[in-house]
Amino acid sequence: MKHLARIGFWLLVLAIGLFSIFPFYYAIVSSFRSGAELFSVAYLPQRLDFSNYAAVFERQPFGRNILNSILVAGSVVAVSLGLGITAAYAFGRIAFRGRSLLLMTILAVSMFPQVAVLSGMFELIRSLGLYNTLPGLILANLMLTLPFTVWVLTTFMRELPKEIEEAAYVDGATPWIVVRRVFLPLMAPAAVTTGLLAFIVSWNEFLFALTFTLTNEQRTVPPAIALMSGSTAYELPWGTIMAASVIVTLPIIALVLVFQRKIVAGLTAGAVKG
Amino acid sequence: MSRSLASLGFAAGLLVSTGAWAVELSISCSALGKEYEICKQGVDAWAQRTGNTVKIVSTPNSATERLALFQQLLAAGAGDIDVFQIDVVSTGTLAQHLLDLSSKAQGSIGDHLPAMAETSRVGGKLVAVPWFADAGLLYYRQDLLDKYKRPVPQTWADLTETARLIQEGERKEGRGDFWGYVWQGRAYEGLATNALEWVASYNGGTIVDDKGEVTIENPKAAEALKLAAGWVGTITPEGVLNYTEEESRGVFQAGNAVFMRNWPYAWALAQGADSTIKGKVGIAPLPKGGPDGHHAGTLGGQLLAVSKYSKNADAATDLVMYLTGEDEQKRRAVQGSFNPTIVSLYSDSDIAKANPFIGDLVDVFTNAVARPATVTGQNYNKVSTEFFNAVHQVLSKRAEAAQALNRLDRDLKRIKRNGWE
Amino acid sequence: MSGAIAGTGVPAPSLVRARRSSLTRSRIRAAWLFIAPTLVILTLIAGWPLARTIWFSFTDASLNSLDDYDFIGFENYLANYDGEWLGLLTEPDWWHSVWNTVWFTAISVSIETVLGIVVALILNAAFPGRGLMRAVILIPWAIPTVVSARMWNWMLHDQFGVINDMLLRLGLIAAPITWTANPDTALWTVVMVDVWKTTPFMALLILAALQMLPGDIYEAARVDGVHPVRVFFRVTLPLIKPALLVAVIFRALDSLRVFDLIYVLTANSRDTASMSVYARQQLVDFQEVGLGSAASTLIFLIIALLIVITLALGRVRLGEDPR
Repeated sequence: MKHLARIGFWLLVLAIGLFSIFPFYYAIVSSFRSGAELFSVAYLPQRLDFSNYAAVFERQPFGRNILNSILVAGSVVAVSLGLGITAAYAFGRIAFRGRSLLLMTILAVSMFPQVAVLSGMFELIRSLGLYNTLPGLILANLMLTLPFTVWVLTTFMRELPKEIEEAAYVDGATPWIVVRRVFLPLMAPAAVTTGLLAFIVSWNEFLFALTFTLTNEQRTVPPAIALMSGSTAYELPWGTIMAASVIVTLPIIALVLVFQRKIVAGLTAGAVKG
Repeated sequence: MSRSLASLGFAAGLLVSTGAWAVELSISCSALGKEYEICKQGVDAWAQRTGNTVKIVSTPNSATERLALFQQLLAAGAGDIDVFQIDVVSTGTLAQHLLDLSSKAQGSIGDHLPAMAETSRVGGKLVAVPWFADAGLLYYRQDLLDKYKRPVPQTWADLTETARLIQEGERKEGRGDFWGYVWQGRAYEGLATNALEWVASYNGGTIVDDKGEVTIENPKAAEALKLAAGWVGTITPEGVLNYTEEESRGVFQAGNAVFMRNWPYAWALAQGADSTIKGKVGIAPLPKGGPDGHHAGTLGGQLLAVSKYSKNADAATDLVMYLTGEDEQKRRAVQGSFNPTIVSLYSDSDIAKANPFIGDLVDVFTNAVARPATVTGQNYNKVSTEFFNAVHQVLSKRAEAAQALNRLDRDLKRIKRNGWE
Repeated sequence: MSGAIAGTGVPAPSLVRARRSSLTRSRIRAAWLFIAPTLVILTLIAGWPLARTIWFSFTDASLNSLDDYDFIGFENYLANYDGEWLGLLTEPDWWHSVWNTVWFTAISVSIETVLGIVVALILNAAFPGRGLMRAVILIPWAIPTVVSARMWNWMLHDQFGVINDMLLRLGLIAAPITWTANPDTALWTVVMVDVWKTTPFMALLILAALQMLPGDIYEAARVDGVHPVRVFFRVTLPLIKPALLVAVIFRALDSLRVFDLIYVLTANSRDTASMSVYARQQLVDFQEVGLGSAASTLIFLIIALLIVITLALGRVRLGEDPR
């Protein structure tokens, strides 16, 4: 019985793993192929042909695009988390009038389709003189990540037992110190998770990035990939696109592996006993 | 005093002259690959000659998405791009934001393919100049036609018959995934071009005629659509209902179809070194609707236009005139196989040497049917969306041809309501 | 930390009360200070675009003449021309897209929630290689949608797609399936790709909630010999419910606005269009800024309504004090 449960567990792990990874694996296989080969099915790469990978960097400043994406996503995460944690403390731990209304208002920002705010955002970014710059993109992407960050962190913040900060206050600590010394360590797993999710949202953002940048040097990865073309307008350079996708997915995997410990660190039972 | 005045005047003169001549322009042409290279060479040549600098801005490949980006820029009155590469069907939509080039281009516009020149004129203004042409073609497998001793089909009925015969024959030989005819059936602009070819080849009109009358509800059009709907699931895989150009090329180039409808770009790829069908492919005009029908390929291609908001409109116009000029079009045809829009180039021997099939194309281009983009102006996208959605319904057998066309007619007339504007 | 808290002395009661009320006041002040930057930024970047969209929904603006338009009241929503009712609210295509979106959201978010919980529970268990598994799980979410949607399009090709090939080889289907071409299967295909893509989002958030649970609860349950499934439904689920609800809400928000996935997989087909696809078509393709803005505003209202219902059903009290 125990063995059966064990086998069942591993089968489940295997099934989920395969479902998650197969398209990515297929992208890797495709990235080694070219021309008419792409129109047939192959489960294993026949040879290691890196010409598609070379082409990705040859034809455009793809390294620069990756750097731009990292800069934009990194800044978006830093700002979102910085603002999100303080705001979440206020929303989650302090009772003040109008807080549910404010929370709903913040949520409402995420209820308009992106295409509907595109024009207004375009005008705004141009009037701020941020068109075709990375700060412009960072500002625009905050609209996608900030409401989400505030809400998730508020929820986690609220779940922590009440006694945690009371004692610190009695000791005369200011709210700022309480946030930094008491909550920041406790919120680490939630903050890392939220930060990671926000990073990916910004990393994958396409419509703003395409509309608010003009030159290849300012573009982030998704529009750079979307703008890849073959020798003519209709041809889709499938191998190159797959190679580019593999390249841009690697930093994310690295990021997850690095923050692994944080995500799983959890809470030392003693700190939260309530 | 007078000396300082003079030097001031000199400085001002210098400023003016640099302002007028050494300008920086932005042009949008295709993003990457060969098309980018060819565009860059032409642009650089002009920049060198005039002492200006030109930046190339990459834009999305899909004509629809490119148009959306341009609209966003132009609606905000942004002068970030001076010269736009626009699709033949976008002139009506963008005309308001484009500079009237009549004074500079009036003299030479007559040299271009008449259908292409027609697409660059909106409301009496010449808002763009043709750059290269495209039209729908029939690709066929010469080896299979030989094997089954069939001629290149001249009518759709021939094509249907031949495709069925070869498909059956090949399947009997164990090739279960072999098909007769592949094309573009996804609910997008490409289906509008395919369907217009069927309708026009049956003499069923071009959805909306030159005078702006809605003409799509007619028995010929219904007959054409009925024929096409009959292909789906028989000689054409059902999946064609979500195919774009590349998906259909995928089936054809893997050697799994005898006929394909596509643009001229597929030729070089089908004949490429790694192609499984290299040397076995031929191209022909698309079949006629019937004995009294005609060959009709939908006109595609790109034009160059100058933004109204360009700060250097004169230089930009000069660039457009250079790029669309005879020498540059010839260079592009020889080095990049871009089909010229200047008629006389089709008898040019250098081009003929580089692209042996170019002579066949001139007939296709001169007989090509234009989508009703200029007459419907800003409403073209609505017209085309209604059209391809109606056709898609017929093809997926969710509506009868006649009934779908009746509804389409009503919807188009509703869009027209007070004229197309 | 707990040591410091435990070591605090006990002040006199009256002093405590006085300090409490001044403390409360200073804390409320701090709260506003803490929220202010977020509000400023959101007002700056979202305020103008949103207000503009709502305003345009009452005008006849077109993308070509954004400065030159007339106020037309509710005509974009509902108007009577010569006895014929027109406007968005009478448009069958619009209602069809609403239905598609709601259907899509209900199905995909439900599947993602269940699957997300399963994946999170697995990742929360200790087994060799779980670090790698965590990275693997996240891959689908890490590939930009513009790419993964096209990738799926390729893999789902009826003739040379790998999915059909695999299913045929395994003998699960007899003939290739036209996944995206057939209107009957197209929406299900979109659901499948969406589940593949966004389950990691759910799983990671739920995992974070699981990680924040105090370990001693499980300890107690194990000592009492309670069956794990019972522990899950009686203990774990209620405890992670707030986080789960937030995850569901944001997933629902996203999928109610779904655009790129449907656009790439099935283009502008009316059979599968979502509300956002419809709005974009009006706004961009047809240049009807007025009508498109009206559609966007309706999307906003529909989403707001659904979220309020969800919050009410989930009995989330936004003003609730910490436990």
